Amino acid sequence: MLIRYITQIGRYCLMLKEIFNKQTKWSVMKNLIFKEIDDLIIGSLGIVAFISFFVGGVVAIQTALNLTNPLIPKYLIGFATRQSIILEFAPTFISIVMAGKMGSFITSSIGTMRVTEQIDALEVMGVNSLNYLVFPKIMALLLYPFLIGIAMFLGILGGYIASVYGGFGSGAEFVDGIQRDFLPFHIAYAFIKTFIFALLLATIPSFHGYYMKGGALEVGKASTVSFVWTSVTIILMNYILTQLLLT
Amino acid sequence: MIEVKNVEKSFAGVKILKGVSTVFETGKTNLIIGQSGSGKTVLLKSLLGIHQPESGTISFDGRVYCDLNADEKRELRTEIGMVFQGSALFDSMTVAENVGFPLKMFTHDNNKKIQERVDFVLKRVNLTDAHKKLPSEISGGMQKRVAIARAIVNNPKYLFCDEPNSGLDPNTAILIDNLIKEITEEYNITTVINTHDMNSVMEIGENILFLKDGLKAWEGTKEEIFRTDNEAVVDFVYSSNLFKKVREAYLKD
Repeated sequence: MLIRYITQIGRYCLMLKEIFNKQTKWSVMKNLIFKEIDDLIIGSLGIVAFISFFVGGVVAIQTALNLTNPLIPKYLIGFATRQSIILEFAPTFISIVMAGKMGSFITSSIGTMRVTEQIDALEVMGVNSLNYLVFPKIMALLLYPFLIGIAMFLGILGGYIASVYGGFGSGAEFVDGIQRDFLPFHIAYAFIKTFIFALLLATIPSFHGYYMKGGALEVGKASTVSFVWTSVTIILMNYILTQLLLT
Repeated sequence: MIEVKNVEKSFAGVKILKGVSTVFETGKTNLIIGQSGSGKTVLLKSLLGIHQPESGTISFDGRVYCDLNADEKRELRTEIGMVFQGSALFDSMTVAENVGFPLKMFTHDNNKKIQERVDFVLKRVNLTDAHKKLPSEISGGMQKRVAIARAIVNNPKYLFCDEPNSGLDPNTAILIDNLIKEITEEYNITTVINTHDMNSVMEIGENILFLKDGLKAWEGTKEEIFRTDNEAVVDFVYSSNLFKKVREAYLKD
């Protein structure tokens, strides 16, 4: 079991090296990157916006409902919402959701190419299939922090609307909360995490799709396994990065 | 010309190829035949560089594959055209994009030149009105023709076909066989076809290699296959009553 895991990690590292070997012609790569930006980033905007807005609202309501002591100021709703959204919800929770959405898309599309011999066709032609298939995804996911920035904004906006229109506090109190004790490094921390998660989101599902064996059923299994491993790795990296950057 | 010398290959301790040697000649349709599990696909994949033989050598016009560095291997692969069993067309690309793909990847031709070449090869395989269709929108026979067009678009020196007739009706199968033979002669390509289809053997088998249990059991032409008394070949090729009668008629003549 342990040997299998070590072998897989070694294989993953070799895959990372191979992705950057023998680059595909820029005129071809450019179009692939734009296509991946459309599929992975633009295609995820809707779900990210929807989840962020409503989870932001829920965080604000939950905080408000737990502030039963009248001595605790109402601005704490905005403060707690901001901290939850920026530090954890937007970078980590959205990345877990994206491990399901983007990850299964990446694994199943590459896995289907493997099953239908399209990857063999690329290799036989002399194309570095890992560079051709995975590099554009990594490039596209460099825009992932942009998606997380939108998630942060909409999460806080959702919290504001739920708080003000739900009658839990005034707009001024909420705004006071989101400005109070603001540490700009928290934004840097969130985006450093986001950048690392983006690399994991592009490469782990690609690994599971690229090295899968079998038929259509195995493509489905590979997508599930890929989601589990991407999520586990994101959670572990989240812990390590938090320990390194915030303590 | 492709020269195979003493090629051996094992999987999980089981020897699949046990020292196969042969020569695939230029300008001829070279067929690899044999029962399932005889090592045909492993030999073809070894020729393509997908499998690395444990011993023996494969040389392409004097270039020994295992002696080449990674860049030279990639360079050699640009001289190879391959028709996969399932066609392996890129399903998100149109027919024209599939055919033009090797040109886009490996030449500096502009779009107009690529388009002209794509039009030419699609016309050559008798597909003139499918440019904008996706592979899922065309029939199996048409997909095979697109795969052939993609394989020859970059003027390959070597053409490999893995069971090009599987899943096709007899008429289409004969069309595909003849198309491959014509292209081989027209462009003087070294063509290697892996097949179990006896119609193909009788139709286009100029140089036939029969594999049995990972060994070369017989080699010859389609004319010689009628006269051979090699038991393994006779058992395999003339297993159906139809082919038995064809053989009897041929020998009577």
